[in-house]
Amino acid sequence: MKTLLENARLIDPETGTETRGALMIDGGVIGDAADAPDQTIDCHGQCLAPGIVDIGVKVSEPGERHKESFASAGRAAVAGGITTIVTRPDTDPAIDTPETLEFVERRASIDAAVNVLPMAALTKARAGREMTEIGFLMDAGAVAFTDCDRVITDTKVFSRALTYARSCGALVVGHVQEPGLSSGGAVTSGKFATLRGLSGVSPMAERMGLDRDVALLEMTGAAYHVDQITTARALPALERAKANGLDITAGVGIHHLTLNEMDVADYRTFFKLKPPLRAEEDRLAVVEAVASGLIDIICSMHTPQDEESKRLPYEEAASGAVALETLLPAALRLVHNGYLDMPTLFRALSLNPAKRLGLSGGRLTPGAPADLVLFDPDASHRLDRFALKSKSKNTPFDGTILQGRVTATYVGGVNMTEALDA
Amino acid sequence: MSFRASHLLGIEHLQAPEITTLLDLADQYAEHNRIGRPHRDVLEGLTQINMFFENSTRTQASFEIAGKRLGADVMNMAMQASSIKKGETLIDTALTLNAMRPDLLVVRHPNSGAVDLLAQKVNCAVLNAGDGRHEHPTQALLDALTIRRAKGRLHRLSIAICGDVAHSRVARSNIMLLGKMENRVRLVGPPTLLPSGVEEFGVEVFHDMREGLRDVDVVMMLRLQKERMDGGFIPSEREYFHRYGLDSEKLSHAKDDAIVMHPGPMNRGVEIDGQIADDINRSVIQEQVEMGVAVRMAAMDLLARNLRAARGAKAAGVMA
Repeated sequence: MKTLLENARLIDPETGTETRGALMIDGGVIGDAADAPDQTIDCHGQCLAPGIVDIGVKVSEPGERHKESFASAGRAAVAGGITTIVTRPDTDPAIDTPETLEFVERRASIDAAVNVLPMAALTKARAGREMTEIGFLMDAGAVAFTDCDRVITDTKVFSRALTYARSCGALVVGHVQEPGLSSGGAVTSGKFATLRGLSGVSPMAERMGLDRDVALLEMTGAAYHVDQITTARALPALERAKANGLDITAGVGIHHLTLNEMDVADYRTFFKLKPPLRAEEDRLAVVEAVASGLIDIICSMHTPQDEESKRLPYEEAASGAVALETLLPAALRLVHNGYLDMPTLFRALSLNPAKRLGLSGGRLTPGAPADLVLFDPDASHRLDRFALKSKSKNTPFDGTILQGRVTATYVGGVNMTEALDA
Repeated sequence: MSFRASHLLGIEHLQAPEITTLLDLADQYAEHNRIGRPHRDVLEGLTQINMFFENSTRTQASFEIAGKRLGADVMNMAMQASSIKKGETLIDTALTLNAMRPDLLVVRHPNSGAVDLLAQKVNCAVLNAGDGRHEHPTQALLDALTIRRAKGRLHRLSIAICGDVAHSRVARSNIMLLGKMENRVRLVGPPTLLPSGVEEFGVEVFHDMREGLRDVDVVMMLRLQKERMDGGFIPSEREYFHRYGLDSEKLSHAKDDAIVMHPGPMNRGVEIDGQIADDINRSVIQEQVEMGVAVRMAAMDLLARNLRAARGAKAAGVMA
């Protein structure tokens, strides 16, 4: 079956170009647009880009399925143009054994409408004491290893885990933060924290965490991805590490690219994130780093939380926000405001994460999997959080106008938007 | 009258004329309190609930006396001992209480922003009696009234706030109130006890006590909040007293007629010398306590007027 998507604005992050044209879906992969199609679909000039590969999605299975299941996360991902979710192991229990990982994969294969690639914990129970069975977990399908937002404070444990991971060819994803300096902090320190009487964490804690991890990479040579860089001060250290030839990449969550600390306003807990939202100068510096390519990847940092864990005094409320459905429309703000062009955006959303994980997707080249997103970048709508497909509704964008709407998400050549509606 | 607020959650949302209105009324109540004239008709038929999620003796007593002098039915709830221990959330507690139809809710809570959160869920007037490190509006108002009575004005004064500003909601509310009334505010303390970004609040920062007190009209001492210390903010109490404790030598750098204030309870020999605290020529600490009752009477009076007006308007709407 050959389907030709014609009259599309093709966004190709690999060549950095956008062109008017057609793209052939040949079974599950991208084919040759010059072939004779079995059917033709008119895209009406909308954007067609490689589907988003989202590193660091929390699906709350096992443990808290009421917050998010593979079925609901899959529907949310389809609605958001995300074709591959790379899941986090900070579940309850943590995904730290091949058995738990197999449970996750089974659940995902039954219920999820998009590709699911699991990450596993780097240390048992994410406790930072003993490394997990990295080899077995890789055999079972783990694509990367991370203790998520927990920093391994024992540098000996961490350096051994990095060394062992390197010998297995495993990617380690880390959260850079000096835990002593950041302990107890609910917002970034500064005028806003003082005004609201909230305990602050110095932005310096991120740079100190990065400096430590870079030193460990020099020592071990491991492949390392920083989940989120959110401050200007950490950027020179990242730049140096890359210039020195270390195998390091960095990501940033969508909220840190589009919101700042002042958005917390009167203790709005949906804006409570980890790390906390930063000053506007930091946000702009990080946006610029995405544009220049210093920061490689934009992710959703999708973290479902139920109402009860958010309806608390700010310091007691849980951190995190759902973002599968808002990632692309929010990221398009950066395009609409002139900070990024479309190919650069999809380099960070699709191509770079696919490359980092060694996947063949994230491209529009023939032979690549037909994981695609078709969207109207200009269609605007006011977000109603209760209309989200995620089970949890904790989005900071509730009530705001988002510009950009996904028309169709193709996973392996199948229009999942249509399939889920049917 | 210019006082439109339906809650008193902080100084941040008050305008200068509202502050003046409240202080003028409090001044009257202060005089009436002195001659022993109660006003039991003002809050007659209204129920005031004091919910203190954090220990307090003087603030709770002050609110209770203020309510009783104005004729409210006052009830104290010791929240540390109650349902919070059973795992009930703040919101559920608020909804439960709201169902009992109180009119005035006085709340103290250890978390910044908790009183704001609670105020969103209830249909009565909420008074913030201190939330975390955020605000303590009635304390700032009683301090303002005390200053105004002692100095004859509440503008163009030089005021030094000294000590543990970082952990102090009293300091935050005072910085905002005194700034709104156009005074020069100085913060004096070791850098570890001054919050970050504080320079942007339009205050002058001093780490040397003598320099900070030079020629000020008002010296406002803060309690060194030992129970809030994570540890390691200052080397020792005795070094703190030596460098930042208020004694007569340090006070001699202020203006000759400078007054000394303290929100209480005092740690004598830690942040303030006992002799100064008791010096009736300099210390207005007892007057602060007295003004506390008057200010709280005024605040509850004004909020009750607005509450009755809002309910009247709603009832008229129902009838129409």
